[in-house]
Amino acid sequence: MTFNFKKLLNIKEIFQMLTEVKSSEERYQKLRRNMRILMIGLTIFPLSMMAVINYHQYQRSLREEIITPEKVLANKTRHSFEFFLKERLSLIKSISYFYSYEQLSDKETLNHILYTLKKEFSGFVDLGLINGTDGHQLCYVGPYTLEGKNYAEQSWFQELMLRGTYFSDVFMGYRKFPHIAIAVQRLEKTGHSWIVRTTIDTKMFDNLIAAMGLDADGDAFVINKEGIFQTDSRLYGKVLERCPLKISNAGYATYVDERKDPNGKDIVITYTHLTYPEYTLVIVKSRSTVLKTWYALKSDLFLVFLISSILIIIVVFRLTRTMVYRIKVADQNRESAFRELQHQHKLSSIGRLAAGVAHEINNPMAIINEKAGLIKDIIEYTPDFAQKDKFLPLVMSIVNSVDRCRTITHRLLGFAKRMEVEIEHLDVNELLKEVLGFLEKEIFFRNIDVSLELAENLSAIDSDRGQLQQVFLNILNNAMAAIEDKGRIIITTWEKNINGVAVSIQDNGCGMSEETCHKIFEPFFTTKKEYGTGLGLPITYGIVKKLGGDIEVKSKEHEGTTFNIFLPKNQFLKNGAS
Amino acid sequence: MKILLVDDEQEFVTALAERLTLRDMDASVATDGEMALALIDTDPPDVVVLDIMMPGMNGLDVLERIKSIHPGIPVILLTARGATKDGIQGAKLGAFDYLIKPIDIDELIQKLNEAI
Repeated sequence: MTFNFKKLLNIKEIFQMLTEVKSSEERYQKLRRNMRILMIGLTIFPLSMMAVINYHQYQRSLREEIITPEKVLANKTRHSFEFFLKERLSLIKSISYFYSYEQLSDKETLNHILYTLKKEFSGFVDLGLINGTDGHQLCYVGPYTLEGKNYAEQSWFQELMLRGTYFSDVFMGYRKFPHIAIAVQRLEKTGHSWIVRTTIDTKMFDNLIAAMGLDADGDAFVINKEGIFQTDSRLYGKVLERCPLKISNAGYATYVDERKDPNGKDIVITYTHLTYPEYTLVIVKSRSTVLKTWYALKSDLFLVFLISSILIIIVVFRLTRTMVYRIKVADQNRESAFRELQHQHKLSSIGRLAAGVAHEINNPMAIINEKAGLIKDIIEYTPDFAQKDKFLPLVMSIVNSVDRCRTITHRLLGFAKRMEVEIEHLDVNELLKEVLGFLEKEIFFRNIDVSLELAENLSAIDSDRGQLQQVFLNILNNAMAAIEDKGRIIITTWEKNINGVAVSIQDNGCGMSEETCHKIFEPFFTTKKEYGTGLGLPITYGIVKKLGGDIEVKSKEHEGTTFNIFLPKNQFLKNGAS
Repeated sequence: MKILLVDDEQEFVTALAERLTLRDMDASVATDGEMALALIDTDPPDVVVLDIMMPGMNGLDVLERIKSIHPGIPVILLTARGATKDGIQGAKLGAFDYLIKPIDIDELIQKLNEAI
């Protein structure tokens, strides 16, 4: 990935790649791939960065927003608890101050106080007076008979002695309801000490929790510092059972913690410690409920990111495909135009050269021709010419050589010819038959099998008869040179498309190598050694192009060669096509 | 048949004249345009064989002059260039046909016969 990035960031290299002209398929694939990587990288990378930043930003702000109310609720409820307990404690303290030891030792008075407490404040169950020195229960009103019981050895008594007040943990008291005990020590100036102790049921705790108005899947409870439930938990157990959640005892703030509960459910725990007694108020909510808004936003964010990414990828793929295709087409056009131009240029310069050479050679050649012709005439016209048999073949050899030269120079001149094209309406099938007529004798003598597969109702085209004759003649001559006697030539015509017709001339001759195939339209390329000028097929090519058509060759060594010629129906199409 | 051969290449034109004479034709020779026109004036031939590329007055000029004075005399043009422009120009000026050098004597005779 880092390597790729390094490569991607090398803009110079990329533009070099983009502007290079080398039309191998691999290059276009590479170009397409690089463009895709670059474009996707350039778009997806900032998009991802934005998404990640947004994600964290939103997470932070939304978390705060979501968690604050939870903390507020926990604090409020804690205050309610503390208020409730402090109120009870203050009451007991007040009683210990308002009444004297003697008054409280009187069962009647104690009963009256309990009655008033029950009436005015809920939850009071019993009330007792204990000797502060020996822990002896002196007086008791309530549902039990505890008078005379000694508490001196109990741990709460020790704690009370130390702190002056005491809150018990919840225990199962009267009628199996959870209760707590509150005790207050009164130390008189005389040194006399006594204790007022009461039990209150904790129904009020449940009311305080109910007042929080939690959802159906929410839970709130109070535990002591040993982790024992002081109230019922809807989800995790009854009062006095051990709480399965580990809650830290430390700290005085309100804490929010996300974790999995023992059932594997994702929960958000909000907890806060009461200052006195050492209880912890715990609120449990399912994570999905608390973070509902965040989850919704998160999935929206993800969806937007996903859709954008998919769209980007689709667009990039389509765009690069089109772009690379266009580049490819442009490259091909440029290349073929360049090749065409080069070819034309070559042809025309060779044409000029050929014409010049032919002209310079033709004049002396004409003299040789006439002189030799005259010698021949003299030998022939003189009766009983001495050594006629010796001279005549010699002279004939000169005449024939001149003839050969003439053929060559005439071809050169033909090549150079820039004749005006004479357009007429013609039937290609007819024209082919005409051309075959010129070759009739050779076909007959060499026993060549020429089969015509001409399309019926082939559209007539507008073209130059003479030039097309030369085209077909050239190709047929080549075909006949390529095949052995008794060889085969198949001529086929068909309607290529709405704009033109096609002619194919196929032989089963010696064929050509791929290399030869590439060169056959080049001027002066010949395989016929002595007899070829290397101009036949270039002329053919030039004519076909001039007439707005196209020619292609397919060949396989020892199997044969096929020439396909395409000709436009109308000459005005030529300009549009080239 | 009286033929006038016009060409600046003396070697070519005399040999050709001799060959035609051997074939019982009355061939005379001119090596430039003025000479040819003078000969035509004094003794008009049946047909003129005229080279296009000549120094001084070229073949096409001579052809034009012949056609203006003796429009009835057919002219066969000779060219070493094979440039069809000349051929077309010649045809426009009223030439009967044109041949490319080196010529085939039989072909020439055939054209001469056609021309008359």
